Amino acid sequence: MEKLSFRLTAPNRAGGTRAQTIVGVVASGNLEVLLERSLPAGTCTIDIATAAHGFGAVWDAVVRDFVARRAAGGLRISINDGGARPDTVALRLAQGVRKIEEPER
Amino acid sequence: MTAATANDVPLSWYEASARQRIDALVDAGSFCEFIGPELREISPHLAIFNLPEQFDDGIVIGRGRLDGAPVLVAAQEGRFMGGAFGEVHGAKLTGLLRAARALKQDVVILFDTGGVRLQEANAGELAIAEIMRAVIEARHSGINVVGLIGGRAGCYGGGSLIAGTCSRLIISEQGRLSVSGPEVIETNKGIEEFDSRDRALVWRTMGGKHRYLIGGADIFVDDQALAFREAAIATLAIRSRFDPNVLQAEQKRLERRLHRFGDVEDAIEIWEVLGIDQPTGIPALPTGAFLRAANKRENADDAR
Repeated sequence: MEKLSFRLTAPNRAGGTRAQTIVGVVASGNLEVLLERSLPAGTCTIDIATAAHGFGAVWDAVVRDFVARRAAGGLRISINDGGARPDTVALRLAQGVRKIEEPER
Repeated sequence: MTAATANDVPLSWYEASARQRIDALVDAGSFCEFIGPELREISPHLAIFNLPEQFDDGIVIGRGRLDGAPVLVAAQEGRFMGGAFGEVHGAKLTGLLRAARALKQDVVILFDTGGVRLQEANAGELAIAEIMRAVIEARHSGINVVGLIGGRAGCYGGGSLIAGTCSRLIISEQGRLSVSGPEVIETNKGIEEFDSRDRALVWRTMGGKHRYLIGGADIFVDDQALAFREAAIATLAIRSRFDPNVLQAEQKRLERRLHRFGDVEDAIEIWEVLGIDQPTGIPALPTGAFLRAANKRENADDAR
């Protein structure tokens, strides 16, 4: 397993009030993303454990793009990755920030 | 009418994730998870093998309501390591069943498993034994433990043993229930015994229709979350008995089953012996027609 950590300045604060949410599952070509609202509003951390080694530069590009474009401020994001492609990762991250915006039932 | 509080969005049980199934099963908004992913109670073994972990170790447990009644729920995620039982995965289900006994609340187990996780086989096998004991102890104290089978991974290996101890089983056509999986049988006994790539053979040997016809499952439903929900509500309304008479009746039923079907080679022949008209047509029948055709099925009503 390769572990990667990013601490980024987030321009957009995460919406909604949910404390946490989770999307995806750990399977071949898939990943789970756990999002917890536990950081200052202008910060986003992303910790990744991935089965696919040597793709640090790709992860760097995907997570920077995500934090710049989506409302990720204040989120501590933890990822368990089963070797997902960058587009799948971007999709799950987008699903995650959308889900944490949803009102609690 | 129960749909008032259901999440009545059409959802294929087979396609859904563990969390989607729970959301669709219990009354809307009633689920409260125990030991959720944020606690990161992960497997202590997978890292040794350099394998990816999942924060909930492939099983979601908690409490919710079914048509207003409190119920404890466990759902396996069949896509994570085939829904297999490891140490933490198993301990969560054992704990839930013990809580059921203490709280006097019924349990619904959403099976989706290939059995024991090979990377932590000893812990997994022990977990299966503990869970079976916990199911029996819960049932002995009057708790209903209902199994729902219709996931991608089916219900195999140790999972099938646990299913065998449940009060009642609800299954869909897509649900498969068997101790050994198709590949395992082929590997051990040869392709002449069982061709694991013959999908029709797999479905008619282990699939929901066959299990329902021979009394291996009690209720047959469509591959829809709402169908599973309604069947679970109806099933939990029945107080199932559990005493030596029940076990003896089940033993007699299984002996009779072996006597009736022991010599036949294929599921279709079993359906023929059952007296079903046009047994070769069974796999293609839609649910309504199948349930009408299944009126001569074996059942375990006395035993469970």
